[in-house]
Amino acid sequence: MPVGGRHRNTLRALLYLSPWLIGFSVFFAYPLIATVYFSFQRYDLFTLEPVGLLNYRYFLQDEAAWASIRNTLWLVVVMVPARVLFGLGVAQLVTKLKSGVGVFRTIFYLPSLVPLVAGTLGFVFLLNPGTGPVPTLLSAIGIPSPDWFGDPAWSKPGLTLLALWSVGDLMVIFLAALLDVPKQLYEAAALDGAGPWQQFFRVTLPVIRPVLMFAAVTGVIQTLQYFTQAMVAARVASGSTDSAGSVFTPGYPAQSTLTFPEWLFHQGFRDFAMGYACVLALILFAVSMVFTLFLLRQFRGLGEEDA
Amino acid sequence: MTLTLAPASRARKAAGRTRVPRRRATLNWIATHALAVALSIMFLGPMVFIALTAVMTDHQALTSQLWPQDWEWGNFAEIFQKAPLLTWILNTLMYAVLGTVFMLISSVPVAYALARFRFPGRKLATLLVITTMMLPPQVVAVPVYILWARFHLTGTLWPLILPMLLGDAFSIFLLRQFLVTIPKEYSDAARVDGYGEFGTLVRVIIPMARPAIAAVALFQFFYCWNDYYGPLLYAGTDSSHWTLSLGLASFRAVHRVQWNLTMAATLLAMAPVIIVFFFAQKAFIEGVKLTGVK
Repeated sequence: MPVGGRHRNTLRALLYLSPWLIGFSVFFAYPLIATVYFSFQRYDLFTLEPVGLLNYRYFLQDEAAWASIRNTLWLVVVMVPARVLFGLGVAQLVTKLKSGVGVFRTIFYLPSLVPLVAGTLGFVFLLNPGTGPVPTLLSAIGIPSPDWFGDPAWSKPGLTLLALWSVGDLMVIFLAALLDVPKQLYEAAALDGAGPWQQFFRVTLPVIRPVLMFAAVTGVIQTLQYFTQAMVAARVASGSTDSAGSVFTPGYPAQSTLTFPEWLFHQGFRDFAMGYACVLALILFAVSMVFTLFLLRQFRGLGEEDA
Repeated sequence: MTLTLAPASRARKAAGRTRVPRRRATLNWIATHALAVALSIMFLGPMVFIALTAVMTDHQALTSQLWPQDWEWGNFAEIFQKAPLLTWILNTLMYAVLGTVFMLISSVPVAYALARFRFPGRKLATLLVITTMMLPPQVVAVPVYILWARFHLTGTLWPLILPMLLGDAFSIFLLRQFLVTIPKEYSDAARVDGYGEFGTLVRVIIPMARPAIAAVALFQFFYCWNDYYGPLLYAGTDSSHWTLSLGLASFRAVHRVQWNLTMAATLLAMAPVIIVFFFAQKAFIEGVKLTGVK
């Protein structure tokens, strides 16, 4: 290659990459640095005042922030494994079906497409005591139904049901992984006398482990951002008036659905305590980054595949 | 279950054992399909009940009855009078259509460069794309909001649409994953035919990547259609700038106990997504598979 060819290549790459390079600088790199700066300020969009570590000290005694951390942790610990296990179970069932595979796969996938707000509204209605079909059907067979989104002990399980209902995207990923497991491995295991359960634990699980790990870690990162469903469920169940008018305190009932990103949003864009919101944002960044680094390790071999 | 027609010799060899396994196979078939049907009822049930409640009368929607007595189709007309639904739908369409077109214009070349060009820092750039894709949008929300406030664009949907001109990390990543699977021979052949790098992208690569492009376009369109966080942050208090998701979330607060109208509006938000899915099912499934790790 002639001298200067490498330079030309690099310039050409920069030209093609330029939209993303600008986007990355303006909407990620700069704001991340600015977030650190604002976290040492008191700022409400009008006046800026340096306050040192005040915002950080406030965080330590902010009861609502800690309640939101506990709620988000609950969702990470319960909702993520529940979704992965259920998604894997449904995918495994689809592989065992001998007929109607296409129809069943479509039915299982469909709910994951339903807009979050619409799905949440639907679930609040479905589980609503007195008018909802679920309590009605449960009481018809003699099971008392809790006041789901009106009871602090049941609101997060209610959100978990909603998350299980929309497990379809995970199911499709797992299904593709399960169908990729080489048939010969099962035949060899069967010759060795392995039953269905042994085949699952000795053959299936080890082969699809990377896919499961990937799904679990992305699930954790997504759950750290869990916002819309909690916000809408609380809003609808409490029947409070809406939107940027800010009469609404999130987390109904009794802060049980207040997630960490919700509290960040409320502090930054409803109470306009933007400096303090930046402290919360940095905490969210640090925790998400730990899991993101784990994912990046999976992509270590990335550049080499065709260079 | 029908009998399988095995070659005679194999059938004879297995004759001693066929009976029990075949019965077991039948039982297996019944068990798995029964489970699948039960699951289907659970997955479809919510949508069926939403639809049934949407056509109930005001009075009946307050009771615990499950089946509509009088089918009140007028509910769908009524919701358009009670709320500026048409405005919300048009706003949502503007956000989704412009967002998708802008994303495609900016993200396809970036993905192509990451998948095909050799340049220093390529791996780092790819890892940074993945990082921005994974990190929560709330992390940088405050300074970005301040930026848009300076341009007096808060209170509109433009802070959500304009950044799409600068690439979307998730779409770039997905497109890249597809583009690296296209054999190099195709672009080499294009070069022999006298195409430059841009000509190769437009004439050869983009047509071959059509399934992946369709998938990211659908994902982006649905993301915008469903987005609640973005419009909640930027659309402001004036409901004439709201999207369908934003309006829907406030719908019941205004029409407190009218579950029938709320469910009619909910159905309206769900319907386009499900209809589009049935027309583009294959592109969807292929796209979801691309999101899994290989």
